[in-house]
This record gives sequence, structure tokens and C-alpha cells, in this order.
Amino acid sequence: MKNRVLSLALSRLLIALITLLIVSFAVFFATTLLPGDTASILLGQAATPEAVEGLRKAMHLDEPAIFRFLRWIVGLLQGDLGTSYANNMLVADLIGGRFINTLKLAGVTALFSVPIALTLGITAAMLRGSLYDRAVTVLTIGVISVPEFMIATSAVLVFAVYMKWLPALSFANEVTSFADLLRIYAMPVITLTFGVSAQMIRMTRAAVIETLSTPYVEMALLKGASRPRMVFRHALPNALGPIVNAVALSLSYLLGGVIIVETIFNYPGVAKLMVDAVATRDLPLIQSCAMIFCLGYLLLTTTADIIAIVSNPRLR
Amino acid sequence: MAKLVEIRDLKVEATTDSGRRVEIIKGVSIDIAEGEIVALIGESGSGKTTIALTLMGYARPGCRIAGGSVSLAGKDMVTLSEKQRAKIRGTEVAYVPQSAAAAFNPAATIMDQVIEVTRIHGLMSPDEARARAVDLFRALSLPEPETIGSRYPHQVSGGQLQRLSAAMALIGNPKLVIFDEPTTALDVTTQIEVLRAFKSVMKQGGIGGVYVSHDLAVVAQIADRIVVLKGGEVQEVGTTDDILTNAKHPYTRELLAAFEPKRRQAAQVAAAPAPLLQIEGLIAGYGQIQADGLPAIRAVENVSIKVEKGRNLGIIGESGCGKSTLARAIAGILPAAGGSIIFDGVKLEQNARRRSREQLREMQIVFQYADTALNPAKSVEEILARPLAFYHGMGGKARSGRIDQLLDMVRLPRNLRHRRPGELSGGQKQRVNFARALAADPKLILCDEITSALDTVVAAAVIELLKELQRELGLSYIFISHDLSVVEAICDEIVVMYGGKKVEEITPDKVKAPQHPYSQLLFSSVPKLDPTWLDGVEQDPELVRAYCRR
Amino acid sequence: MTMTSSETTSVRITGSRFGYRFNIVGMIGFSVILFWAMVAIFAPLIIPYPVGEIVDFDYFGPVSADFWLGSDYLGRDMFSRILMGARYTVGISLAAVTIACFSGVVLGMTAAVAGGWLDTVLSRFLDALNSIPSKLFGLVVVAAVGSSIPVLILTLSVIYIPGSYRFARALAVNINAMDFVTVARIRGESTWYLIRSEILPNIVGPVLADLGIRFVFIVLLLSGLSFLGLGVQPPYADWGALVRENIGGLPFGAPAVMAPSFAIASLTISVNLLIDNLPKKIRDRSE
Repeated sequence: MKNRVLSLALSRLLIALITLLIVSFAVFFATTLLPGDTASILLGQAATPEAVEGLRKAMHLDEPAIFRFLRWIVGLLQGDLGTSYANNMLVADLIGGRFINTLKLAGVTALFSVPIALTLGITAAMLRGSLYDRAVTVLTIGVISVPEFMIATSAVLVFAVYMKWLPALSFANEVTSFADLLRIYAMPVITLTFGVSAQMIRMTRAAVIETLSTPYVEMALLKGASRPRMVFRHALPNALGPIVNAVALSLSYLLGGVIIVETIFNYPGVAKLMVDAVATRDLPLIQSCAMIFCLGYLLLTTTADIIAIVSNPRLR
Repeated sequence: MAKLVEIRDLKVEATTDSGRRVEIIKGVSIDIAEGEIVALIGESGSGKTTIALTLMGYARPGCRIAGGSVSLAGKDMVTLSEKQRAKIRGTEVAYVPQSAAAAFNPAATIMDQVIEVTRIHGLMSPDEARARAVDLFRALSLPEPETIGSRYPHQVSGGQLQRLSAAMALIGNPKLVIFDEPTTALDVTTQIEVLRAFKSVMKQGGIGGVYVSHDLAVVAQIADRIVVLKGGEVQEVGTTDDILTNAKHPYTRELLAAFEPKRRQAAQVAAAPAPLLQIEGLIAGYGQIQADGLPAIRAVENVSIKVEKGRNLGIIGESGCGKSTLARAIAGILPAAGGSIIFDGVKLEQNARRRSREQLREMQIVFQYADTALNPAKSVEEILARPLAFYHGMGGKARSGRIDQLLDMVRLPRNLRHRRPGELSGGQKQRVNFARALAADPKLILCDEITSALDTVVAAAVIELLKELQRELGLSYIFISHDLSVVEAICDEIVVMYGGKKVEEITPDKVKAPQHPYSQLLFSSVPKLDPTWLDGVEQDPELVRAYCRR
Repeated sequence: MTMTSSETTSVRITGSRFGYRFNIVGMIGFSVILFWAMVAIFAPLIIPYPVGEIVDFDYFGPVSADFWLGSDYLGRDMFSRILMGARYTVGISLAAVTIACFSGVVLGMTAAVAGGWLDTVLSRFLDALNSIPSKLFGLVVVAAVGSSIPVLILTLSVIYIPGSYRFARALAVNINAMDFVTVARIRGESTWYLIRSEILPNIVGPVLADLGIRFVFIVLLLSGLSFLGLGVQPPYADWGALVRENIGGLPFGAPAVMAPSFAIASLTISVNLLIDNLPKKIRDRSE
């Protein structure tokens, strides 16, 4: 039976790799095949046709797309992310520090949101139909129905404008004390936590409710089991797969949320870098940032699927 | 004997979609003496499980106990608090579910779940509990009683799980055990062993029981008294002998009558020299095609059958014997990998897609579950109209008239034509399902377990209908079933299948004396209405071991 | 009993005519949606001030009798701008969701019925597209081709086709496994008949609900893109763009910042409420 788990997990990994290939293909072609000649954009309107042609050659833009794609992929695999159009710096250098910043933001958010969301989701499912459950449900529907920037602006209004507890904008490079750290991270983390938690609560609640209505939980009730025992011994172990999946999917929501949050709070992360790159049409930078995000998403969902496979008792 | 259970004027309400409350148990009173086994018998929706669950003070979500009392060993389960009820559950009254496979938690070992009751109620030390569980496993004649507990539920068979769930119920030494259709999902050859195990532990322990079932013959083997239920009301109560031999209530008699369907007058062998359907060496299965051109998993192996015009062929066997696959291969749904199908003198393509429209029309298939065989989004009229238009190009008045005729033929009121399947009863749906096949004017109808999902009385009526239609229309049927009595009632020849192979072909009058050992085992395992049957039946243990996967 | 949920009975039941049950929460949701639909259609007729004209002496003006939602960063009337913004937010989202769901459902049903390599290739490809975070997808496309309303509509629909496909395919696969489809298939029916007559009628309900949910996603994504300056471009402005251009008023707590956000929230929450409380046909056998 161990072999079956292994082969399932391996095939899941293989699917992830194929997906990554298709995604990189899509990202590359979306950015290079669509109209708009990169060389003439780069050189501006005053450029001579000869100069444009020269740059096209230098950038291999005259080669067939498939070669350029392969060249790009091979470069990525070797850690060569290319050179930024905008300021001729290596993309890898531009991203490096920013990437750590974004990871910090995401990590702190996960640290807060996962325990909060799991507790709220599981307790809401246990007390299904109660006032508490309904309050949680209404709140989560509210939060997932509004755009992230609304959560962000509301947070600024409440904490910075009216209560004056926190600064409206954050700059990660001005940290001098723990209090600074708290203040700088507070607003982005609060905003992200709201969005991520709402998703996670909804999915966790649904997963637990589903296992609570299975015959084996009814059987536990008919054995005289207490409610906590029914939930913790019988429902939760079987809801583990769906819950892990919920966590992973919700965390992948971070990837979208972080784009808005970094922009609004001026947080120096990868997402902000990418939004700025879009403004300057800096394609190599955009491609690399996009691949980082896609990789992050795939990593999360694949991990979730593999945990679900390993934790499935029927495959034991 | 002292009374263990006294149910008095019990009323249970259910909430409907529109929020209305409907009484589903309408004032039921039942007594059970200590050590007595009482059967609750009735069709689906009669409220038998609902009543049994009230003995544990439990009503399924959406239901609630609205009135009356359920006294168990002097305590009224209705008025107790949820905490007090929890104390009684597992210790004084225990439950054996219909599907043990669903009632075992897939994430915990069997032993942990069997002894969970002792843990919840602090009855004994875990070691004592495990020792007692192993004793119970032995008493229930489970294989490898010492080690079976360390497995997970999906690693043991259905029949074993059913007995393990009985061990789970008995571990707390309850005074009363509720059996909720515990053998319904099992094959007959497995059922007999499980029934024996249940009966012996119950009698040895002097434990009271409630046995919920729709099957009178099963109940006759194990119950001291029988309560006949219908529509949430008690129809008749009596000792098992009384009910079987001296039933007073018309509904009880109907149930008994449905048990022994009338044998069909065998049709004369038609003068036509060629059979209607001749199948030679059919091979069909699933999975990847291997080097020899055959599928990896062969569900049907080298089966040859013959159906004469106007005569019926029965195919009988237990779950997994390949009988349904055979039907699907004949119909061309699952193209056979080998062998030939000659229908009305013409060799058919294995794949239905390559058969002509006329060939498809002449052979129709009717499936077991009318729920999934009828498009829920269409009215009865639309369902019947399509084959008329498709095969016969009928339209307008002619088609409408033919739909009326078809409804008449299957004994359904004409005004039903505007209803959707969801608004019909199970029996009505199966009649529409059959009428759709008739609309094609076929020569042969493949009936795949078409009565298995129906209540006994309704199933008997459907069988009668099929016989009448055959007389009127000169059809042939291939009748696939796991139920010997159904096949006996309607078929002229019976093929017994086991493990994808045809093991024997006999005529109904020789069912008493089959030649092949598997047929002997299968036929002798079918419960009879005689209460002494289970104790009297003798089976060769070698045979049981060879053919039963329990 | 203890496990009984009271969810179904606690909301007051209204409007049980025609054999349908429609509760009050669903009705409120429906009314708000209807309101915004009307606004989107008739906006030019009902706005109190022209949207491009500077009418207030003050910028980021407060709520007043003349300017119901204050004025924006140039002193234009916020109320008029929000009413006009509804056209872009609702219109673009509606167009995108229609294209996305139509393509997704058609592809999904075809894949489910046809099966085989077509199903495998299509599923693998669209699943891969689905693993590109939606905002990122938007960013990449806008970076490559720039932002115009047709590009936005197309991009938004491409982003949501995989989700719609996956949903419709899962439903259709379930229906396709039903015996009534097998019966139709061995009757000799064509694939087109199977899709149109046997499968579609049975998935239409959930597909419409899915369309609603996807509409919410698209509104949120469009607003997000516009907020980043990558969506609807000036001089036009949808609700997300209105927040962006007035974000400078945030430190003053100007109504111009929050009002468009509330407009978005009212629309998306209403759609969610309506989907959770759709009118239900009363299936009550004993009635």
C-alpha cells in the first residue's frame, strides 16, 4: 500500500511539473507574442529603423518564438533571469531582497491567519446554526465579497486616521526598534489576514460540516460519545485532507492580495516591483516575477494535494 | 418475563422542505421483553428505522420526537437530557447499522472503534476491553480474531465489517441491541453466515433485540415476534409463527404473497429454427487492452447463451459475478473484447455505435435504478415521446395517442404524463422506465436487476406486469438478478454465473437439484419463510470456503 | 434534536406563491442588484452633474445637500461619478462573465461527453491556466498589450474560463455517468443531442449560480486592476478607478475614497446573498 501512496504522490508531482511548463509557456507568450514591438518601445519614437533592427538582433527578437522560449527556459533553469530593460540591472539582483520582504509579509500573515481561521472555522462548524456560527458566516461572506483595497483603506481609516495608532504607509527599511517593526507590518498584515482568513474559515467550516454528517460520526453519537469526542476523534482526522487543501488554497490568495497590499502600503516586495515593471513595460522583470508567483501557487496546491494523499487512511 | 422496552403512543415529526411539520410516526406502541428479539418489518418509508432509533433517544436531523414515551429499563429516553442519554447509549442499548462500511471511521483501526464504548463510559481497562473484543470476534466466527482488530475498516470485507459492528455493539454488555437491516447489503451466501453469528451471540447472552428489516424470510430466522409497520403505524403484531402461518391483516398477507410469486406458464418453444439471440464465447472487461487483445480485468469470460423467441432467460449470480457486465456487453455499451453476438440471424457489431438504428431499436435495456435512468429534467411525456419520434418518426396526435397506450400498458394513469420523475413513486418510475423500452417496439428487453430497488410488494406487481406484457406482445426478456425467486417466477431458462463464468444452465423446475456445487451453495443460501430454515440448513464448509469472499 | 440545524426554518418564509419559496434575504439581494442594473442603464439620465465638470470649489468636499457623496480630488461630483461608474463596473463584468461562462460551459460539456484525448488535453491545459493567479494574469496581459475596455473584457473572461470549464465539466461528468444518458446513447442519439437535451437541462441551475459567483470574482478583479491603474483608463472611470484617483483623500477620511468601495461591496454582497438564498421550488410530496 505504501507504493500506492508513493506512486500517487509522484504522479501529482509530475502533473505539477507539466503544469509549470504550460504556465511558463503561457507567461512567455502572453508577454512577447502579443502586439507591441519591444525594440521600438525601448528605443522610443526617435529611434532609426537601423537601431531598432540592431537591438532586435541583439535581443534575439528576430528568432522564431519557440527558440526564444527555449532560450528563456534554459536561462531560468540556470538561474539567469535576464536583464531589466528599464535600468540594465540583472533581474535576479532586483528581485533578491524584495523577494525576502514579500516572504516575510506572507509568513507573518500565515502565522496569524492559519490558527485564527482554523479555530473559527472548526468552532463554527461544531456550533452549526448557532448565533455564533451565523455571525462568522455573515462576516466571512462580507469580507470575501469586498475588494482587498477596501479592507486596506478601511484599516487605514480606522487605525491610522481615526485612532492614530499606526502610520498609513510602511517602509521596511526604516526599522529601528521592535515597535517600528510592529507598526510597519501591522497594517499590511491585518489587511491580508482578513482576506486569507475569510476564505479559510469558509472552506474549513464546510469540510468539517461534511464529515460531521457522515454515518460514522452518527455512529459515535450512538455509542454515547461526547460532542468534542465526535469532533476531535472522528470528524477532524477525516477532514484533514480538505482542511489542508483549504489552508493551501487560501494562502494562495495571499499571492493576489499581496499585489494590492504592497502597492497601497508602498511595501518594497516582489509584487510592488512587478506593478512598477508593468508601468515601464519591463518584460524580463515581469516574466520573472510572474514565474515566482506561479511557482508559489503550484508549490502550495501540490503540497496540499500530496498531504491529502498521504493522510488518506484508505490508502494506508 | 419482565418488560425491557415499553413504547407508548410514540409520535415523530419531520420537517419538510417548505418548513411544514409532518407526522411520520403516528402513535406507535410496542413492548419488548428481556431477552426477546422483536422484528420491525415494513417497506421503505414505513418508519421502522425511525422507531428503532428512538430507543436510543435519537432522531435524525430534521426529525424530532413529538409525543409519547419510550421507556427502556425504566428510563424514558424521550424526557432524559442529552447527557443522560449519552450514558445509556452503548451501555444499555447499542446499534448495529445497515452499512457497517460507512459506519466505521476510515481513519481509525477496527479495534480502537470496537472498544471505544468501554473507553467513553469507563467500563473496563483497555487491555480487558481488547481481550473481550477478541472473545466476541471469535464468537462471531470472524477469521484471525487475534489480529483482525489491528486492521483498518477498508482492509476487511463487507460481511466481516457487519459482524465487527455487532462486536462493537456487544462490547458494552447492552440489554438491547438494535439491528438496522444489517444483512441487506450482503450477498445471500455471506448473509447466512452473518445471520448465524448474530443469532448465536444474541441467544447465548440472553440479549434483547430489535431487528429492522424488509425481508420476512430473514426476520423469520431470528425474531421471536414480528411487528408489521406501514406508513408510520402498526398494522399487525404477533409471534413469528403466527405472522407466517396465520396473518390477519391484509397488508401482512400481501407481503407474504409477494414472497412466493406465481410461476410463469412456460411458453411453447417456438417453431422458428433460429434463436432470437445467440452468444458465443463472449469476453468483456475493463482496463487496458493487453498484448493478447483482451482487457486487463476480465469481468465476463467465455460466456455462451441462447435466447429463443418468446422465451425468457434468467441470469443469476452474486455481486461481482459479471452479470451486469454481460448485459452491458450484449447491449454494446461496453464493447466485448471477444466472441460473437448473433441477434435475429444477423451478427451484431460489438460496439453499439456501429450498430444500425433498427438493430438498436429491437434490443432495449432497462436499468436497475429508475432514479438515474430517467432524466429528472423531463416530463414523462417527453421521456416516452423521444423513442417514438426517434425510431418511428411519430409526431403530433399519433405520438400523443401512443403515449397514452404505453401508459395504459404499464398500468399508469394517463394524467401522469405531465409529471417529472421526481414526482413519482419508486414503482411508478420503474414502470415509466419500462414503458420507454416498450416505446421502441423491441423484440428483446434486457432487464438489469429492475426489481431490486423496489419494495417486495411493488416488485411482485412489476413482475406480474412483465409477464402480462409478454403474453400480449410476444417479447423475450433477459432477466438479470441476484434474487432467485424473481428469476424463477419469470424465466424459462436460468444461467448461474460465478467469477465471470457461466457455471450452469438449468430450468426452473430443476432449481431444487442443481448440479454444479456453486449453484447448490447459492440456492441453498436463499432464506425461506420457515423459521427453522437457518438452523436446519447444512452447507459444506469446503464449498463455503471456496466460493465465499467474506 | 441536538444535531438538528435550524438554518432552514429560522429565516422567515415569504412569497410562497407559484410553489416557489423566496426568503427575505434573497429578495434584498435581488433588489440591490436590480437597482444597480437600472442605474447602469439609465445613469446618463439621472446624474445631477456632468461627470467631467468641476462643480465644487473645494476638493475632497464633505457630504452636503448639493453633493450627496461629496466631491473628488478635482472638485467633481462624486455621486454622479459613482452612478456613471456603475456602467463600467457592471457592464464590463457582465460582458466578461457571459463570455467566460458560455465558453467554459460549452467546452466543459463537450469534454465530458466526448471524453478521451480531447478531454485530457483540454483539462490539462485549462488547469494549468488556472494555476496562474488571476491578478497576475491581468498584470501580465496589461503589461503586454495595454489596457482598453475590449482587452479588459477579453482578459477577464479568459482568466475565468478555466474555472467555469472545470465546474461545468465536473457537473456534466456526473450527469454523463447517469443511466439515462447511457439509454439515450444506445438509442443512437448524436453527441449534440446528448449535450443539449440530456445534460444541459440538468446542470443549468448550478451553472447559473456559478455564473453569479464568477460575476463577483470578476467585479473584484476588475476593481483591483483599476485600483492598480491597469483597468479602466481615464477619462472613463469604474468604481475601482474612482478609489484610485481619490486615494489621496484617505488621510482626511474623505467620502470620495470609501463611497465607491461601498458601491462595490453592495453589489458583490448582494449577489452572494441572492445565490445563497435563491428561490427554491417547494418539493413537498404530501402537498
